[in-house]
Amino acid sequence: MSSQALVEIRDVNFAYDSRPILKGVNLTFPKGKVIAVMGGSGCGKTTLLQLIGGALRPSSGYVKVDGQVIHELDHKGLYLMRRRMGMLFQFGALFTDMSVYDNVAFQMREHTDLPEEIIRDLVLMKLNAVGLRGSHHLMPAELSGGMARRVALARTVALDPMLIMYDEPFAGLDPISLTVVGNLIRRLNDALGATSVVVTHDVQESLKIVDYIYFIADGVVVAEGTPAEISSSDKPFVHQFVHGEMDGPVPFHYPCGDYWQDLNLRPWR
Amino acid sequence: MKRTTLDLWVGIFVVAGLAALAVLALKVGNLSTYSMSETYQLQAHFSNIGGLKSQASIKSSGVLIGRVAQISLDPERYEAKVTMNIDKRYQFPKDTFANILTSGLLGEQYIGLIPGGDEEFLKAGDEIKKTQSAVVLEDLISRFLYSKAEDSKQLNK
Amino acid sequence: MTIVEHLRSLGHRIVNAVWRIGYTSRFFLLILLYSGISFRRFHLTIKELFSSGVMSLIIILVAGLFVGMVLGLQGYETLKRYGAESALGSLVALSLVRELGPVLAALLFASRAGSAMTAEIGLMKATEQISAMEMMAINPIARVVAPRFWAGVISVPLLSALFSAMGVFGGYVVGVVLIGVDQGSFWSQMQAGVDFQHDIVNGIIKSFVFGVAVTAIALFEGYDAPPTAEGVSGATTRTVVESSLTILFLDFILTAFMFQGE
Repeated sequence: MSSQALVEIRDVNFAYDSRPILKGVNLTFPKGKVIAVMGGSGCGKTTLLQLIGGALRPSSGYVKVDGQVIHELDHKGLYLMRRRMGMLFQFGALFTDMSVYDNVAFQMREHTDLPEEIIRDLVLMKLNAVGLRGSHHLMPAELSGGMARRVALARTVALDPMLIMYDEPFAGLDPISLTVVGNLIRRLNDALGATSVVVTHDVQESLKIVDYIYFIADGVVVAEGTPAEISSSDKPFVHQFVHGEMDGPVPFHYPCGDYWQDLNLRPWR
Repeated sequence: MKRTTLDLWVGIFVVAGLAALAVLALKVGNLSTYSMSETYQLQAHFSNIGGLKSQASIKSSGVLIGRVAQISLDPERYEAKVTMNIDKRYQFPKDTFANILTSGLLGEQYIGLIPGGDEEFLKAGDEIKKTQSAVVLEDLISRFLYSKAEDSKQLNK
Repeated sequence: MTIVEHLRSLGHRIVNAVWRIGYTSRFFLLILLYSGISFRRFHLTIKELFSSGVMSLIIILVAGLFVGMVLGLQGYETLKRYGAESALGSLVALSLVRELGPVLAALLFASRAGSAMTAEIGLMKATEQISAMEMMAINPIARVVAPRFWAGVISVPLLSALFSAMGVFGGYVVGVVLIGVDQGSFWSQMQAGVDFQHDIVNGIIKSFVFGVAVTAIALFEGYDAPPTAEGVSGATTRTVVESSLTILFLDFILTAFMFQGE
């Protein structure tokens, strides 16, 4: 398995200032698979992607992508590595001062010396793959949320990356766009022979499209398994998460003092 | 906005800005008077230059013929040493008289050259020997008062 | 207790300020270091020249015209008392070329284009466009910040020259056309009073320095802005305040160096 692993995350600890976010997590993303990383808001999922992309440095442990330890790369090596990665940001992060066409063409123009005619063909192919070839002349402000996400997806795969990372790809989408984006993630991954990491808290949609799921809570991996294993899991946390229950291992209340005392009341005796 | 119209606008902006600079330099400033093709240097010593500054004008018969290049104190003679840039087109006789004058009562000071009658001309680096210092107003007044006092003494006799 | 707290907060602020100075300097050096792309691919800079320079033209021209007209009016009223109306041209031109042109043009640029730069970069950061660029292995300082920097540095001297020229024209309109100062003495006194090297070149140097300062502050504040609506609006305000104060402070320093004892 390890020879087939594109990304290996070993014993990674990470803390913002002194607030620990990740406490010794181990994850393996095999080549060609779509992996979901799930957990509640603020559990360190996005941090995990930033560690893989080299935007952050682990306090201990290491992240290995395609055999190279990310935080040991120099600036140039890191940039070379990032060219082979694609990342879809939470709300697309399209460049608002460029048209859809220029957004998708951006990396091709920056990183390659391809003539404009070939770039044109490539851009239209990428846009066609997400079903938005007709919108190439629009500005990002003219797109709906779902369309913007698809354009961002086309831009993410512009240079045919080996690793595609999705940060909350389903956030704020209507059910139709949700299904479209979900299917695109799966199809693009298989068509490109890439490896995809989907960071999300949308359980139902991801269960449909992914091969393997990691659950993170409080900075540690609390559960993992294939979609089938996860749906039938009886671990309290996973159960609460998958079925969206209000109270459980993840409490409804933020830790606080005695309610009665806060209201300056004394309960009846 | 298409790139071509954008380029056009930026071009207009840059050209307008440079044109404004040219207007400032030529019409507002005195760059046009700098165009004294080539100059040669002359020197002169003055016991007092008053308020003369470098870049002050040098005139002969009221015509601008050069500018003061440098002013320093001669450490041996304890006199002001003035270096002048004079337009190459104008030659002056050896016994030319250099005079520090004031334009108007409160105007700025300049050097006036009054040519003499010598057959030989001043060459680059030569010194103008005959100079007259700036008129210092305080000296003038005290001289005037002194002579008044003399006059009244004579009257009283 | 409270004294200790005050001392602690004071120390904290000083450390913070020093940290910020270091960060700003490093940012500035990075801009210079990664400036190659702004010149190799000059259309990037041209695009920014449009949004910072061309878009500021109207405000600069109109403001310059009115400042020149006010100078003409006020200068005439003052000079008339000494019977020196003919010096009006010299007064208008000198005040514009030496001080008002560079300073006012830079102040207007700071509030018109500087704040826009801060807001734009701040929002690009807030919407993760900057991070996206970094993840695409494209250096945002080289691609986004440096072209804006050079556009600003090129724009401000040109704008201040336009401001001064427009102001001289405004002074001419009021002084010569409306009030009736002699046209010949207006221009000749102006030419006699304004020295190319001493006044005009120094004015250009001033506006160049202001351009560097304003643009660097605007870009830094944008790049440093917290990625929230509040953060961006705060950064925009800081850009205008800080660059205005910096312009006036630098103006004092530069004036002291340029126009002292000749």
